[in-house]
Amino acid sequence: MSEEQIKNLEAQFEARIARDEKIEAKDWMPEKYRQTHIRQMSQHAHSEIVGMLPEGNWITRAPSLRRKVALLAKVQDEAGHGLYLYSACETLGISRDELYDQLHSGKAKYSSIFNYPTVTWADMGAIGWLVDGAAIINQVPLCNTSYGPYARAMVRVCKEESFHQRQGYEIMIKLANGTPEQKEMAQDALNRWWWPSLMMLGPTDAESIHTEQSMKWKLKRKSNDELRQQFIDQTVPQADLIGLTIPDPDLKWNEEKGSYDFGEINWDEFWQVVKGHGPCNKERMNARVGAWERGEWVRDAAMAYAEKQQQKKEKQVV
Amino acid sequence: MATKNWPLWEVFVRSKNGLEHRHFGSLHAADAEMALENARDVYTRRNEGVSIWVVESKHITASNPEHNGELFEPAQDKVYRHPTFYDLPDEVKHM
Ligand SMILES: [Fe+2]
Ligand SMILES: [Fe+2]
Repeated sequence: MSEEQIKNLEAQFEARIARDEKIEAKDWMPEKYRQTHIRQMSQHAHSEIVGMLPEGNWITRAPSLRRKVALLAKVQDEAGHGLYLYSACETLGISRDELYDQLHSGKAKYSSIFNYPTVTWADMGAIGWLVDGAAIINQVPLCNTSYGPYARAMVRVCKEESFHQRQGYEIMIKLANGTPEQKEMAQDALNRWWWPSLMMLGPTDAESIHTEQSMKWKLKRKSNDELRQQFIDQTVPQADLIGLTIPDPDLKWNEEKGSYDFGEINWDEFWQVVKGHGPCNKERMNARVGAWERGEWVRDAAMAYAEKQQQKKEKQVV
Repeated sequence: MATKNWPLWEVFVRSKNGLEHRHFGSLHAADAEMALENARDVYTRRNEGVSIWVVESKHITASNPEHNGELFEPAQDKVYRHPTFYDLPDEVKHM
C-alpha cells in the first residue's frame, strides 16, 4: 500500500471511532492501534493475574468460612478477568505464549500496586475497598472503548467488580467496629494502602504520555488526575462513615471546587516500584514464573493425553 | 518450553433455554472435554449459562471485512424485502 492509501485508511478509521463505531478483530487497523491495544490489554491481563498473589496469601487464614468463600471467589474472579483479557488480546494476533513470555521476562508491566505486601487480614479489606475501588473507576469507562473484544471483556469484568469492593469494605466495617486492636489493624491497613491506591490511577497529567491518542481511541475518557479526584471524593466519606482516618494531613474539603484538596503524592516511590524496586516485585515474579514452570509437566501430560485420545478415535474410525 | 501449546477454543453459551448460544470469548485447553470444563469456570461462574458449546478456533471460517461490500451491500437496495415497501389503504388495520 502506498503512503497515500494508508493515510486515507487511517482517516476513515479515525472517523469510524469518532462516530462511536466499534473496531473488530479482522478489521483493518493502523499498526499503532494494534500495538497500543496489545500493550494496554496485556498489561491489564497481567495485573489481574499477578493481582491474585497478594490476596491468595490470606485465603487459608481467613477468619471465618464466610470470609473464606468470599475471598476465594474474588481471587477466582481475578483469574477469570485475566483470562477474558488475554483472550481478547489474542484476537489482535499475538499468542498467549508470547504474552506470558513478556510478563515472565519482565518486558511487560503490571499494576505496581501488587508489589506491596499483605501483612495482616485487614489488608484484604483495604485491597477490596481501595484497590478494587480504584480499579472500577479506571475500568468503567473502558466498557465503551473502541475495540470491540476489549469493550466486551470489560463489561463482564465491571459486572463482577462491585462484589469485590463491597466484600472489602465489609471487612473494614467489621474491623473498625471491633476491638481497639481490630480497629487499629484496619487503620494501619488504610495507612499503608491509601497512597499506593492513589498512585494506581497513574502519573499526573503533566507527566503522562500518550493521553491524547488514548482519548481519541477511547482507551481513556478522563485524565489520571480527574480519575484520582473522583476516587478521593467518593472514598473519603466512606472512611468517615466507619470512623477511619485518611492518612493525609492536607486532606480538606474545598467548598468552592466541590471536591477534596489533598497532599503531595510521593511519585519517587511510584517510579521506584514501577522500575522493579518495590517491596515485593521479586517475590511476585518468582511466584508467577515458578507456578508456570512447575506446571509445565501437567500441561505437557494433558496435551499428550489429548493426542493419544485423538489417535485412538481415528483408529476406531478406520 | 512445553512440547506443544494448548490450542485455542471459542466458547458459546446459551444463557437460558429459549435463547440461542452466543459467543462469549475464547480459552486454551488440551482437548474438547477440558475446554468445556474450563469454559464453565471462566465464563459461567454466576449462572450465566445452561449450555456450552466449544469449537477449536481453527475450525471457524470467517468472512473478511474487506469483502463486506460485495457480501452485504447487495441487500441494501432490496427494499422490497421489507413490509414498508408495500402500499396499503389506510383502512387496513392489522397487516
Ligand atoms: Fe479484576
Ligand atoms: Fe477485582
